[in-house]
Amino acid sequence: MKYLHLIWAALFRSKTRTLLTLLSVVAAFLLFGMLDSVRVAFNSSANVDGYDRLITTSKLSITQSLPYSLTSQIETVPGVAKAAYATWFGGIYQDQRNFFPNFAIGPGYIEMYPEYVLPPDQLEAFKSTRTGAIVGEALAKQYGWKLGDTIPLQATIFPTKGSNDWTFKLVGIFKVADKKRQGEERTLMFNWKYFDEANDYIKGEVHWFVIDLVDANQATRVARAIDALSENSDHETKTDTEQAFNQAFFKQFADIGLIVTAIMSAVFFTLLLLTGNTMAQAVRERIPELAVLKTIGFSNRSVLLLVLFEAVLLIVIGGAIGLGIAAVLMPAVSSASGGVVQLGTVATPTWLLGLGLMVAIGIVVGTLPALRAMRLNIVDALAGR
Amino acid sequence: MNRIRKWLSHLGVVLALAAGLAAWAVMPWYAVLAVALLLGLWLTLTRQGRLAVAAAQIGIATLPQRWGASAVIVVGIAGVVAVLVAMLAMGEGFRSTLTRTGNDETAIVLRGGSQSETNSVITRDQVPLVSNLAGIARGQDGRPLASPELSQVVNMVTKADGTDANAQMRGVGPTAWELRPQIKVFEGRRFQSGMRELVVGEGAKRQYVGLDVGNKVELANQVWTVVGTFSSGDSHDSELWADSETVANTYRRTAFQSVTVRLDGKDGFDRLKAALAADPRLKLDVDTTRHYYSRQSETLTRFIEILGMVIGTIMGIGAVFGALNTMYAAVAGRAREVATMRAMGFRGLPVVVAVMLETMLLALVGGLLGGAVAWLIFNGYTVSTLSSNFSQVMFQFKVSPELLWNGLKWALGIGLVGGLFPALRAARLPVTEALRAA
Repeated sequence: MKYLHLIWAALFRSKTRTLLTLLSVVAAFLLFGMLDSVRVAFNSSANVDGYDRLITTSKLSITQSLPYSLTSQIETVPGVAKAAYATWFGGIYQDQRNFFPNFAIGPGYIEMYPEYVLPPDQLEAFKSTRTGAIVGEALAKQYGWKLGDTIPLQATIFPTKGSNDWTFKLVGIFKVADKKRQGEERTLMFNWKYFDEANDYIKGEVHWFVIDLVDANQATRVARAIDALSENSDHETKTDTEQAFNQAFFKQFADIGLIVTAIMSAVFFTLLLLTGNTMAQAVRERIPELAVLKTIGFSNRSVLLLVLFEAVLLIVIGGAIGLGIAAVLMPAVSSASGGVVQLGTVATPTWLLGLGLMVAIGIVVGTLPALRAMRLNIVDALAGR
Repeated sequence: MNRIRKWLSHLGVVLALAAGLAAWAVMPWYAVLAVALLLGLWLTLTRQGRLAVAAAQIGIATLPQRWGASAVIVVGIAGVVAVLVAMLAMGEGFRSTLTRTGNDETAIVLRGGSQSETNSVITRDQVPLVSNLAGIARGQDGRPLASPELSQVVNMVTKADGTDANAQMRGVGPTAWELRPQIKVFEGRRFQSGMRELVVGEGAKRQYVGLDVGNKVELANQVWTVVGTFSSGDSHDSELWADSETVANTYRRTAFQSVTVRLDGKDGFDRLKAALAADPRLKLDVDTTRHYYSRQSETLTRFIEILGMVIGTIMGIGAVFGALNTMYAAVAGRAREVATMRAMGFRGLPVVVAVMLETMLLALVGGLLGGAVAWLIFNGYTVSTLSSNFSQVMFQFKVSPELLWNGLKWALGIGLVGGLFPALRAARLPVTEALRAA
């Protein structure tokens, strides 16, 4: 630590070079911060840690519907605390591009999600209003909806009385406390009973069940028992934990992890070369100075560490600035997009991974120049040979 | 006063650079060619130009001595170009796969407002009404070329990691093959109507377990036999085809989802649209398949493009700083040479041009390298994503010449920015000080 000012002075010996290198490092880690946060956001949209729910869908495919009468059968399975159901509606608000999930939910569904915070009076209003709908706060903000508003949706699957126009009355706005899951606030839910009565096509059919467990450790056994209920019937089911269900679904969009890894390998490879070059230059220029340091008694090891720390410091400063910018930028992007893009700030795992990378890259690029500095022969170096 | 003037001149350079970059970004290839030609003429025909070439030769000849630093420019720019081209090739591949699926000779009829097949319902009694509308071409036997179709999402196990994925099963009418001549069964045969037989696209066969010809697969508790493999070169390649009546029976579907028809002549679409609108029993939408499928690719393609641009820009900024760093070092290392040249009577312009030429050369190499890497690794690379029909669409990255050209333009743009400031510094070096230094 006592040599910090020495390292600092060495770092800013050539201001232009350090500044330019620093800015490259900033750009690299800005990109890393943003991409890795996207990856984390994508993965954690599947992450419902701490809530042990099962999801039951049709075994045939996710778009196939199931009879809602299964609910009471599922509830008799030992280990099941509660079961609720929902039907995908797939309505459009004003324009096709304004996509957000909307579905009809049966009794007890919203209570299964304690992480969705809905004031009790609004929950009561939802239960007692036939055409009532609840939305997440982000969605309400995006379209400027207030309690009591009428929300028109264009049906894409289920017409009502020969027309595609459905209207719902907004009676509740829920919040999701967990920052990482705030994307779920872009959801509209309405009463299944209203849907069932008013749609022209299907009666008594649902797309998925949510099941609350008595004991989370029993998940596998209960899931099997539920699927056994409908075995060899014309509506076989597939039950998974909510976590596994979400993961399988999101993975079908794209392998985000792979894309992020590929891009970041290209970026960091370039960065290695760039900072490595800078450090090599910095040491080459300073050979006489390093020789003087050695002459006045700095040990080989100290010289090695001095150069190594210089490299690490350079990258940690740049990387921290880059991640910092990413942390500021992403909420700004999220709010500018009106909630369409839900990127929280840079998450702790990203910071930690970033810090690890910074130190690792610093050590890698610093090693060769540091070894060179360590092995300097004082006489030759001073003589400029 | 002097400082203000210096500051203003810097500002002027930055503004000119921004304007130049903007012009460069929108410049079509023939304008680029014209600029390159003019530059070539200037370099060979004028005295200043020849001086610039001579100065540049010195710089280029010493490049091997500074290969580490030069590699920073080349690799930095190659990285930007490779990532940018690969991202755009992904968007381009998705777009062209879906766009190719449609054409202007066929049209798709869906329920009004349904946007995609999954959401659409066409009842059985509507099918003959639709088929007999004006504007639909007829086959040799005089029957209308219309195929009522069902799209069913089925769970299939992927070969890659054994997880379930949503595959698209399409139940088609007997005229479907005639409607889509691009589909060629290259292995086995077509399915027979009434039988539980599947013909699978080659993409689906590659992605899912157990779709080889002769295999039996279980779908909806029924055993189906795979009797053939087809290739179409478009999004149908990801599908499993079967007889629509059999699919309807198996999945207890009482209605169809879409009717695909061949249009009769150029005005067929307009006539069909008018006829459809005139029939009050049919609340249906009709769209050419070209328009229908390209609309499905729009959102994702645009998203990928924007993402590619943002990533490319950030990486590009990083690469600019790397190039600046290298070129400043190069100029500083050659301060004496440059000053000598200036003392001998070289003017500012040839010095600027020489440094720029050197940077642009490195940028060009980087751009070519990045494009080559993107092309070698990613051209034809197959990935899949979830389409608007809730099912997997496989598509290939498509590294087109246009994208490579775009990548080169980015590379040269980065070289321009990275070379200009060091070049200006070289030209402004105070001769006496530089000669005395070192």
